[in-house]
Amino acid sequence: MEIDFSRFHQTFFEESFEGLDVMESALLKLDIGNADSEIINTIFRAAHSMKGGAATFGFLDVAGFTHLLETLLDQMRSGQRAVTQHDVDLLLRSVDVVRGLLTAARDSTAADTQSVEQLRAELEQTLLSAPSDKPAAVSAAPVVAAKASNHWHIRFAPHRNLFRGGNDPLRIIRELGTLGEMQVTLDDQALPSFEVADAEDCYLAWNIELHAECSRASVLEVFAWVEDESDLTIELVQEKAAAAVVEAKPEVTKPQLAVIQGGRENAAPADAHKASSGESGSIRVGTEKIDSLINLVGELVITQAMLAQQAAALDPVLHEKLMTGLSQLDRNTRSMQEAVMSIRMLPMDFVFSRFPRLIRDLAGKLGKQARLVMVGESTELDKSVIEKIADPLNHLVRNSLDHGIEMPDVRLAAGKDSSGTITLKAAHRGGSIMIEVSDDGRGLDRAKLIAKAKERGITVSDNAPDGEIWQLIFAPGFSTAEKVTDISGRGVGMDVVKKNIQALGGQVDITSVDGRGMTIMIRLPLTLAILDGMSVSVGEEIFIVPLNAVAESLQPRAEDVKSIAGQGRVVRVRGEILPLVPLREVFHLGSGITEPQKGILVLIESEGRKVALMVDELVGQQQVVIKSLESNYRRISGISGATILGDGRVALILDVGELVRANACDQAA
Amino acid sequence: MSAADVSTQARANGTRDIASAKELEQEFLTFTLGDEEYGVDILKVQEIRGYDTVTKIPDAPDFIKGVINLRGTIVPVVDLRIKFKLGKAEYNAFTVMIILNIERRVVGMVVDSVSDVMHLASEQIRPAPEFGGAMDTRFITGLGTLDDRMLILVDIEKLLRSQDMALLPPSTDSATQH
Repeated sequence: MEIDFSRFHQTFFEESFEGLDVMESALLKLDIGNADSEIINTIFRAAHSMKGGAATFGFLDVAGFTHLLETLLDQMRSGQRAVTQHDVDLLLRSVDVVRGLLTAARDSTAADTQSVEQLRAELEQTLLSAPSDKPAAVSAAPVVAAKASNHWHIRFAPHRNLFRGGNDPLRIIRELGTLGEMQVTLDDQALPSFEVADAEDCYLAWNIELHAECSRASVLEVFAWVEDESDLTIELVQEKAAAAVVEAKPEVTKPQLAVIQGGRENAAPADAHKASSGESGSIRVGTEKIDSLINLVGELVITQAMLAQQAAALDPVLHEKLMTGLSQLDRNTRSMQEAVMSIRMLPMDFVFSRFPRLIRDLAGKLGKQARLVMVGESTELDKSVIEKIADPLNHLVRNSLDHGIEMPDVRLAAGKDSSGTITLKAAHRGGSIMIEVSDDGRGLDRAKLIAKAKERGITVSDNAPDGEIWQLIFAPGFSTAEKVTDISGRGVGMDVVKKNIQALGGQVDITSVDGRGMTIMIRLPLTLAILDGMSVSVGEEIFIVPLNAVAESLQPRAEDVKSIAGQGRVVRVRGEILPLVPLREVFHLGSGITEPQKGILVLIESEGRKVALMVDELVGQQQVVIKSLESNYRRISGISGATILGDGRVALILDVGELVRANACDQAA
Repeated sequence: MSAADVSTQARANGTRDIASAKELEQEFLTFTLGDEEYGVDILKVQEIRGYDTVTKIPDAPDFIKGVINLRGTIVPVVDLRIKFKLGKAEYNAFTVMIILNIERRVVGMVVDSVSDVMHLASEQIRPAPEFGGAMDTRFITGLGTLDDRMLILVDIEKLLRSQDMALLPPSTDSATQH
């Protein structure tokens, strides 16, 4: 029978890339000289399942290469090889090579065979140089079985679905037999009568008495593939004096087992395992399915609001049951909306996890020392936002390391630790998320920035506030690095960073202390689908102003409004002179108030500039679901989208950035 | 599978002529603008509904009335009476809107009234004369005749795609047809 494997390829690639990520992060966690065996095991397992998958699907170069990795890791795992910095570097580079091979295999392009061969040679060299005088623990065990040994009592009770994962208990028990002498007793109590038994279920359990000179780890290793799918107890009944390496106390091992049986607490190994067993707590769903679900729930919320509005006109005494039902519907739709939105949420870790490697590699290249501190990696953010914030963050972190952190000798001379610290922080603040990239480097140089700005023909006052000076680094073509490196300093980038963040509806702020380091703070909306808005009315029309852009709203006094050269009007708000922009004129609406003192001014802010928008009235504040105008119509200048109000009417959402920009142009002209 | 069904049906009917005539027959939704009667391909029509309150769009031409909320989708509404200066653009309980769905884009079209659905065989459709009604002949695919009625068949896709409407993105294939 021909089986078409190609349909599994996608899954294989996804799982393999995940496996590589697991390997990478675990490698970075490895403590040189004092390696945690659990971490090595995690790396090993990831490599192992990748090798298996690659061989099954016929990606032989991947399989061959991962085999070498596996051999090296196996030596580390069995303690034959001490974990050295060299090995870790080699493994990290191997991860890159395997990633390249997988990408090439996925896209059916040619792999970079040269680097593969080079690394393969290095790996083989390393393997040859391994101190191979010690016998490998696992394979050599049966030979010495007759010697002084431990007595293990093992109860192996697979879950019913064991066979479905393709695992064969018989093989596991045979494998166990190679460790030493054993007596196996079958426990068939759970076996039902044959009429009701499902041939594909496993009803059996085994009690095994094993006499072998081996460690708990090597016993566990035999069960490595089924430990999630079975109840496993391994007890050391009797320990012979000769066996020294084994963890001694049964009390200690109990909780350890609990962790394994409990499954998920132990994140990294469980993840690697989850990916390989195929049976797990998560499923892969296409994002378009989630998006349509979000849309539908959005509709539901609107419908619910419409119902509530209708019901408000009814007599609550006569329609008590209806009212109760409606308030219940309200609660349910809200929690449903939250639940659905949370599907799209991913932890910041998704982006942060790439940085330890980046810092490590870059610091090495630059000859600097740096460590990365990450805070709040579990903070959740909408997937679409996360994907778009990754590149700007990447740039900021590179910049911090390249420009911020000084060389070790400079740092020591300045009385700082020779190793710099870069901190990545994420936290929720109200309806938005704050991401901070900070370093304890040299900070921004005010004088240099001003000089540079003048050189570039940017007008800047010598006694401008710090905040304004720091913003200069976001100007296009602005770089303070004295020499251009391949890491940063070409002057492109910071302006792109700012543009990207603004495109997400976010803001960037900088604080910097000379010689103490700088912090870049990014404030982003949690999601791009919902917006906190202030609804304002002009004539009969209602518009939504994004709340994060509203500084304040006020009713001006007639004497505060002045007209300038008969062209435009300005308003004085607490000493600040702001251009006055009547919304009815911007959109050429036929109705609406014309005298400022009768209307309301909403001060909107974007890119550090403020404009006073004149409207008739403030209607209220509400969360609105953003709808695209472009999907059926086209872009309208000054409008970023539309939403549906509680009464089913459409309201347009103002594009604050554009309104402010357009107005600044008017002023200049 | 469906091709096989059709052919068995044709054999059951005995003659090939009936089958091919059926294939050529088209259905049109007819509507009036002023005194003229128009028809659009029924397959482009999603639904017919009454006129709703529209939200005005800034800086839009006067024949684009604004946008409505059609079960959660924002749909632009164009008033053909204003566009072609036909009839009086009144909005009351009898004003109807034809919701078109073309290439997954949804557009509402206000007309004076919707009459019925007409079946027209290909021989009942004549090429459009050089002079049309109020509508530019570029947007007319032909004239349909049934008994004493005459129907102006509108190429609605091209109309909506035209530069002053721009309700559909310009596409290369249909723009170069004439």
